[in-house]
Amino acid sequence: MELLEFARGPGLTISLIIFFIGVVWRLFGIFRLGRKPDHSKPRSTATTAGAWRMILRKMWPHPEFFADTAIATINGYLYHIGWFLAFLVFAPHIAFVKRLTGVSWPALPEPIMYVATAIAMLGLGVALLRRLTDPVLRLLSNFDDYFSWFVTMLPLITGMALIPPEKYPEPVPLAIHLLSLELLLIWMPFGKLSHAFLVFISRGTTGAAFARKGARP
Amino acid sequence: MTDPIKEHPLDLDSPRFSVEKPEARYDKQGDMPDAERLNLAMQGFMKDFNSTTATYMESCIHCGHCADACHFYKVTGDPKYTPIWKLEPFKQAYKREAGPFAFAYRAFNLKPKVTIEELEEWQHLLYDTCNMCGRCTMICPMGIDIATLISQARHGMFAAGLVPHELWAVAERAEREGSPLGATPKVLKERVEWLADDYEVEIPLDKPHADVICTLSSIEIMKYPESIVAVAKIMNHLGLDWTLRSDGYEATNFGLLSGNAAWQKDMSMKLINAAIAAGAKTLVLPECGHAYGALRWQGANVYGQPLPFEVLHISEFLSEQVKSGKLKLKKMEKSVTFHDPCQVSRRGGATQAPRDVLQALGVDLREMQDSGDLGYCCGGGGGVVTIHRADEMRYAAFDIKMRQIDATGAELPVTSCSNCRQTFDDGQAHYKWDKKMASLLEVVAEHIAD
Repeated sequence: MELLEFARGPGLTISLIIFFIGVVWRLFGIFRLGRKPDHSKPRSTATTAGAWRMILRKMWPHPEFFADTAIATINGYLYHIGWFLAFLVFAPHIAFVKRLTGVSWPALPEPIMYVATAIAMLGLGVALLRRLTDPVLRLLSNFDDYFSWFVTMLPLITGMALIPPEKYPEPVPLAIHLLSLELLLIWMPFGKLSHAFLVFISRGTTGAAFARKGARP
Repeated sequence: MTDPIKEHPLDLDSPRFSVEKPEARYDKQGDMPDAERLNLAMQGFMKDFNSTTATYMESCIHCGHCADACHFYKVTGDPKYTPIWKLEPFKQAYKREAGPFAFAYRAFNLKPKVTIEELEEWQHLLYDTCNMCGRCTMICPMGIDIATLISQARHGMFAAGLVPHELWAVAERAEREGSPLGATPKVLKERVEWLADDYEVEIPLDKPHADVICTLSSIEIMKYPESIVAVAKIMNHLGLDWTLRSDGYEATNFGLLSGNAAWQKDMSMKLINAAIAAGAKTLVLPECGHAYGALRWQGANVYGQPLPFEVLHISEFLSEQVKSGKLKLKKMEKSVTFHDPCQVSRRGGATQAPRDVLQALGVDLREMQDSGDLGYCCGGGGGVVTIHRADEMRYAAFDIKMRQIDATGAELPVTSCSNCRQTFDDGQAHYKWDKKMASLLEVVAEHIAD
């Protein structure tokens, strides 16, 4: 079997299966522990609204904290947006999804995609530099942090390696690009990249608890 | 430690009350092998692992923002004071023993076992340098409630006998005598008689039935007895059917602060049983931050069902009275800044209540740069004020608060927590500061309009 054939077929299937099972297992592992009911008299019963308020409120730091968190916040937005633009609205990626599912959506022009990718790569570079040089981040960091960085950066690098885009890119570099995405999918449920879904649960949990107390998100 | 009374005499002559500075520290309680100590710590940790704990443990993205919210990190710049790092052994135990991938962590030793040396080292981080003020939650992009996790981690530390000497000593005294500072029922009775006589105010004690049961903090009884007079003046002025009860008056909860859940329950149950015995509709908590968290938000869970009475912090009670027009106040021609007790405001949701009262007093309220829910802790919360070896760090943290108060230019700093108040008294003496922290309750009592 050709490498590209593997990446497009069994590789993708296996990585998606691991991704879904991993996510379900991680969530099951959290919720199976259960928790006791809270008998305190709530100040507010609008806990679902409180959960959503916290989810939204945490999109941007409180003004009191902005000076200390500005670089990380802005850089975080840059590489998240850059990465997702490159992933979701790049014509070849949409074509790939359409081949698999029949679903498609409009693409953004290629030059914008290149800028987005460059911004994502630059942002990830800055994030790594901070992690390696900031004493707090160095202390907190472990294998998960560096490997998660690596699997996030890899699809960008392998994707950029396909430039200039041929109508039909070389099969091996294309396979490597696809495999890099599959590596990310496989790793996602097990490491910190799972913040993509845990962010809603974590913020929501605190948001609901704070709403119950009438505390500010 | 055979005789805690002899070995841990109280120091009631300093600006902050605690046990006397120990000549020899006993930061390890009980006589047991390290392996047993470790085992007890792990069992203590395990008891607290629930889905909320797990959510937080799984969600940390190691961004380090929490450091920037913590006054202990701010004043030292030392990364070990990063709030989430203070939980490292707790987190390590969770990942290895209870998380979704615990089997892999154990099989491949991806997270090593927690060691006794690690726990001993972390005692300083879990107790001396965390006020459980929760400011870190406000900055955390994942919304992780680190203060709650610290409180849970302290359970394991207590079980292992790894509590700082003074905090253990005051907690043990509180469990044994009913007060961490020697404010026993007998002392309370004597104080009440003396205050009633001296201030010519009626202070009902042990009425069998009352609509409102008022509770106190030992710090008030021993250091700020005028607070008791203030409560009496206000309650009497409002014409309420109220009482203090010698079977349930002490609202501080050093079981909670030290990490002993059984003692926490004992201390809360005294208040709950006293209120039930009195048939009270309302229990008013004193000017104490953690007392609010312990009874208002954790009391019903300790009791196992909803409480059959309402629990109000004194600032909430005063706010209700002024808003309803029942309590009218004379105007106070002063500029004031308010220091929020973390457990009442940020973590308790009652941030507005003292501001309503200050508005009724007509003061010129000048908020600090970081105020309300984002305010800095005074450094004394979480039991830290009792620990002598934490003094240097605490004073450094207090410096932030002192500067922010000075920057407001307000004539009078006011708070609604006697523990904050004694931390301020201590900081004032240490820095020879020209400001003295006032009590909201006492200010209100002084300004009752006839």
